Amino acid sequence: MSLTVGKKSPGEKIFDAANIIFLTVFSITAVYPFLNVLSISFSTSQAANAYGLKLWPQEISFEGYRAVFANKLIWTGYYNTIFRTVLGTLLNVLFSVMCAYPLSKKYLPHRNLFTAFIVFTMFFGGGLIPNYLLIKELGLLDSRWALILPGLIAAFTMIIVRNYFMSLPEELEESARIDGANEIRILFSIVLPISVPIIATISLWYAVAHWNAWFDSLLYISDPHKAVLGNVLRKIVIEGSSQFQQFDQGFNQNGQPAVTPDIIKSATIMVATIPIILVYPFVQKYFVKGVMVGSLKG
Amino acid sequence: MKQPGSVTISKRFRNQWKSYYRHRYLLLMLLPCILYFLIFKYLPMYGIVLAFKNYQFLDGILGSPWNGLENFKVLFSGHDFPRALRNTLIISFYKLLFNFPAPIVLALLLNELRVIFFKRFVQTLSYLPHFLSWVILAGIFMEVFSPTRGVVNYIINLFGGDSIFFFGDKEWFRTLLVSTEVWKSVGWGSIIYLAALSSIDPTLYEAAVVDGASRWKQMLHITLPALVPVITIMFIFAVGGIINDDFDQVFNFYNANVYEVGDVLSTYTYRVGISQMEYGLSTAAGLFTNMIALVLILVTNSIVKRFSDYGIW
Repeated sequence: MSLTVGKKSPGEKIFDAANIIFLTVFSITAVYPFLNVLSISFSTSQAANAYGLKLWPQEISFEGYRAVFANKLIWTGYYNTIFRTVLGTLLNVLFSVMCAYPLSKKYLPHRNLFTAFIVFTMFFGGGLIPNYLLIKELGLLDSRWALILPGLIAAFTMIIVRNYFMSLPEELEESARIDGANEIRILFSIVLPISVPIIATISLWYAVAHWNAWFDSLLYISDPHKAVLGNVLRKIVIEGSSQFQQFDQGFNQNGQPAVTPDIIKSATIMVATIPIILVYPFVQKYFVKGVMVGSLKG
Repeated sequence: MKQPGSVTISKRFRNQWKSYYRHRYLLLMLLPCILYFLIFKYLPMYGIVLAFKNYQFLDGILGSPWNGLENFKVLFSGHDFPRALRNTLIISFYKLLFNFPAPIVLALLLNELRVIFFKRFVQTLSYLPHFLSWVILAGIFMEVFSPTRGVVNYIINLFGGDSIFFFGDKEWFRTLLVSTEVWKSVGWGSIIYLAALSSIDPTLYEAAVVDGASRWKQMLHITLPALVPVITIMFIFAVGGIINDDFDQVFNFYNANVYEVGDVLSTYTYRVGISQMEYGLSTAAGLFTNMIALVLILVTNSIVKRFSDYGIW
């Protein structure tokens, strides 16, 4: 942070004021789109179609949410997303740690060879069709494992964990080794308990990636009941597909539909967004810490 | 007579085996990881041979006949692939131009704020879009940019302009892609620069103030030079990513109206491969993309290393 002594010059005062105004406008543009869609999702059909800023609904209506929650595919989508996020993240973290720990040991034979073998995959890969054919050959098409196994270990994340392990003092493990503990025990009862910050960070990275993933579900899953939330959302919001639009639109007193497709779309978007917005303030600091950890390497 | 060399080789082999045995638990732990990368990363690399084959469903990868560079000839003599390549380069160039400096500027502006509470507030709001997928954001932007109800057109009309159908207009589609990308990633991207800024030694500024340096001079001579290493590394990654256009974003934004300006290599590869099941063509397009990305990152890294000490390896 730069310093000034004594009074600010007029130029500095103008800059400070302009900076605050600019950053305020910037913050508004960062949140406005969410407020806009949130407002539409709670609107009546007349209000949703009106022109305007729409920061707050004129008359609050829950019809949009009623219609969305009556859709069975939203619920299965939620279930599938939660399933892959929980199981997938657990396996991601377990296998990333089991990969990173041996590679963090300088005395591991052929350590550099193994590391190079993994790092190479960060820069070169088979591409879309070879990956698709692999999943097909493994018999994983239309299986929930197709959403978990192909991304089991992210090379970049694993390297960050490895660097963290390398920064731990070696003395910690030596006494346990004298007591006869093997490497697997040392990892789980000594190294992991002191690695909570990095474990928390990568868990969040993996969890958010699983929560937001939709393309693998589009590629590998054809049964709509196994589709993840992002996929159901895509079908409703972007494709407007009828297969996914089993909505009971209801009617108001004038005999007009109580909800429009736009209200349903907005409510669907909010249903997918709100869980993230709710946990976001609590997990944000871990993410920021994670970027710092990652940047140490670069 | 025994060769003198063979003794050392078998001895080395025995030592090797001993060291493997001594570290058996570590190696055992590493085994699933190696298997994972072999199966899910290296096996698909073998599938690249499809780029040089005429894929027949009944014959599989191995049995399909070779056809040399035919797939590449078809790609480059067609209309869609060169168009996708051109779009990728244009869109990526604009993203590099606007999206790369934006987080640096934001970090510098945030760094000048004195009110810590306000700084935290702006930061928190600016990170938020990073956590949402392009599926959600595409839905949100379709509302915000809607020609009949969206706020952007509301403002345009307020100032006497005509509504624009941003998602279906060839003139505007790339602007839409670039500006929404900046919107999504600028806050998150600024974290790494803020981290670098927070590690600058405060005594440097104190000395500068004593010497009578204005805030502008302080930024020019202390703050910016301190950011150079981070900027360099982020730049290498950004150039390496030029060809890896953002599939998630384009795929959720585009429609047949704007293929001419919006279809990029990754969406082309997906359409040809999955929708039209032209596996050979799609693999060839993917291989082409991958090779260019690899070359770009190697070349940028070596050029940057020649002129500075900061490479990514």
